[in-house]
Amino acid sequence: MVAAMSAPSTFTGGSEAIALAVLLTEFAMLRAPLSRSQVRLYALQSLAVSGLALFVAITKHLDALYALAALSFVLKVVVVPRIVLRLLRESRVELVASHRLGVATMVLISVVAAAFGFFVVGSLPVHARLLPTPSFGLAGAEILVAFLLVILRSDVVSQAVGFFSLENGVSVASLVIAGGLPLILEMIFLFDLLVAVVVFGVLIWVHHGRTQTLSTDPLEQLRG
Amino acid sequence: MAWSLVVLLITPVTVSLACLWMPVRVAQALSVAGGALTVAMVTMLVPAPTTTALGGWLRVDSLSVVFLVAVAFLYLATALFAVGYVQPTAGTRYGRRFFAGFNLFAWAMVITPVVNGLALLWVAVEVTTVVSALLVAIDDTDRAAEASWKYLLIASMGLGIALLATVVMYYAGSTVFGGSYQLFYPKLMAGAPHFPAPVVRLSFVLAVLGYGTKMGLVPVHTWLPDAHSEAPTPVSALLSGALLAVSFYAILRFYQVSVQAIGPVFPRNVLLGFGVATLALAALYLASQRDLKRLLAYSSIEHMGVLAIGMSFSAPIAMVGVLLHVLAHAAAKGTAFFGAGSTMSKFGTKDLGSIKGGIGALPWSGPMLVLAVLGLCAMPPFGIFRSEFLIVSGGLSDPRDAIGAVLVVLVTLGTLGLSWFASQTMLGAVPEGTVRGETSRFIVASMVLGLVALAVLGVHPPAQLSHLLARAAKELR
Repeated sequence: MVAAMSAPSTFTGGSEAIALAVLLTEFAMLRAPLSRSQVRLYALQSLAVSGLALFVAITKHLDALYALAALSFVLKVVVVPRIVLRLLRESRVELVASHRLGVATMVLISVVAAAFGFFVVGSLPVHARLLPTPSFGLAGAEILVAFLLVILRSDVVSQAVGFFSLENGVSVASLVIAGGLPLILEMIFLFDLLVAVVVFGVLIWVHHGRTQTLSTDPLEQLRG
Repeated sequence: MAWSLVVLLITPVTVSLACLWMPVRVAQALSVAGGALTVAMVTMLVPAPTTTALGGWLRVDSLSVVFLVAVAFLYLATALFAVGYVQPTAGTRYGRRFFAGFNLFAWAMVITPVVNGLALLWVAVEVTTVVSALLVAIDDTDRAAEASWKYLLIASMGLGIALLATVVMYYAGSTVFGGSYQLFYPKLMAGAPHFPAPVVRLSFVLAVLGYGTKMGLVPVHTWLPDAHSEAPTPVSALLSGALLAVSFYAILRFYQVSVQAIGPVFPRNVLLGFGVATLALAALYLASQRDLKRLLAYSSIEHMGVLAIGMSFSAPIAMVGVLLHVLAHAAAKGTAFFGAGSTMSKFGTKDLGSIKGGIGALPWSGPMLVLAVLGLCAMPPFGIFRSEFLIVSGGLSDPRDAIGAVLVVLVTLGTLGLSWFASQTMLGAVPEGTVRGETSRFIVASMVLGLVALAVLGVHPPAQLSHLLARAAKELR
């Protein structure tokens, strides 16, 4: 009991703080009024994920994670946001809010979803080898909020950023429970993400070219 | 025959690159040649399927080869159809982009069963998504752009879940193999009995949900009817006959590991739940469609439900039926989409209410479309009759035989919807002013190829193919 109540170690506290920062940026993306600020928040979130990889690499002496942290930084903090921001600059659209619900309602729903994800995922018998188990729950919460971002925002940039941030949530989960994943596979995953980003970019460009807007409101001809 | 795997790895992608620079006629010929070479390589693998290449990164076994047969056959048949469908008059730029994308899409689906391990499997399926999303949008219409966006977004979110499933399975393996190892299938299968059960359960559910999005399982199927109906018809045929199958293949790989780790009951129950929901919804929606390609898309969802339910039966005969169903569905659905493409070219519409007298207007492809639809309705002597017979036989011998009865009822409901609309559009008098005749002999040739394959699968599958199916079913137990 005394052991359970004792203060967390530097490693535990540090890693959980970074995982929490990733979740908080997801909330910020959800309420951010402008697409541009969402992309910047995504870059910030990716910076936190890269920082988490670096933190684990330093504290656990896993050399492969240094390379992963560097690659993750270059692709997710620099390249992907630049691609999307450039697309936004070229689209020159009037920026309008795309919240399907009021900000307070959206955040409340997300808090419920995040709590659900945190407690359900955290209660699984997953004993993290590299990071404390609560970080896995935070990753689960972040993934659920990413889904809400896609559902509750009605513009193509928010929806694309929602997918990219979902991948960040999976990255946190991967660092938590599969930090030893071979570097070659991590690299393939990252380049695959880059390809997906380019295709998302192409389709955003096509959508804007046809409708002169980034809103998804015109996308109502097909009903599944 | 490790070299045949390498040939499979490089053929369609080489053809794809060549198509970017060649005249459309040459791109058409190269696509058919690429399809034929792929079929030849896969045929060589059928008698002795277990093969490894490139230091273990490529590996096929009986299960992989079953799916390779489906993909390779449809690649060849659809390439033939595309020669008739995409005329050089459509424009050199369009033609080049179409055939480059078409072959790249085929390549992504060919490598999915060829790569070894859950991680590369995910990468390959993700590549199929990004390439096919661009192909769905290639016709540059509002509806195609909308369908493409929804497809890319929903499928990518699903694959995000599938990636999480892969990571969780990696964690399960790390409890046995230590921190760093490769997710190769034989290694996972060997260590699976010692994996922690709750973690494997979580991974399997995430995998069914994630890859099920690509397979068209309810409730994550919503992209499918839109993408199938708005894509160019050759792409619709590949999406329906091959892409859904390779997504099912990904689920089967998780199923194999899960069965080794936690036994068959939990994975079968999960598939049963998704399968019944999928089949029920598709059977009901089939009766309310007004668009020819959406009708076929819902038929695909229906057949994916049949596959999921078939996997929930414990009898080995049902598993053979499921694998045969993958092949038969590829042949039948490809042929039906080819017929739909021919019909749309003739009548200039997909609206089922506006198409009348298809058999009269299209002397070859009209009757063949009717035969393909009858094949999809599991009429003898076609392959789906045989495969559904095997699945239902397995279901009725299962302790939960009521599921077999539910399967029969829902499939019958789906059959009614499909055959009703086929009879409404293909029978009757040809509208005035409609010129009788085929739009292309290549379309007819592709449909003949599909129907012959479908009939062979139903009447008497080649002995080596039957052995392959039996071995693959054994690998799944």
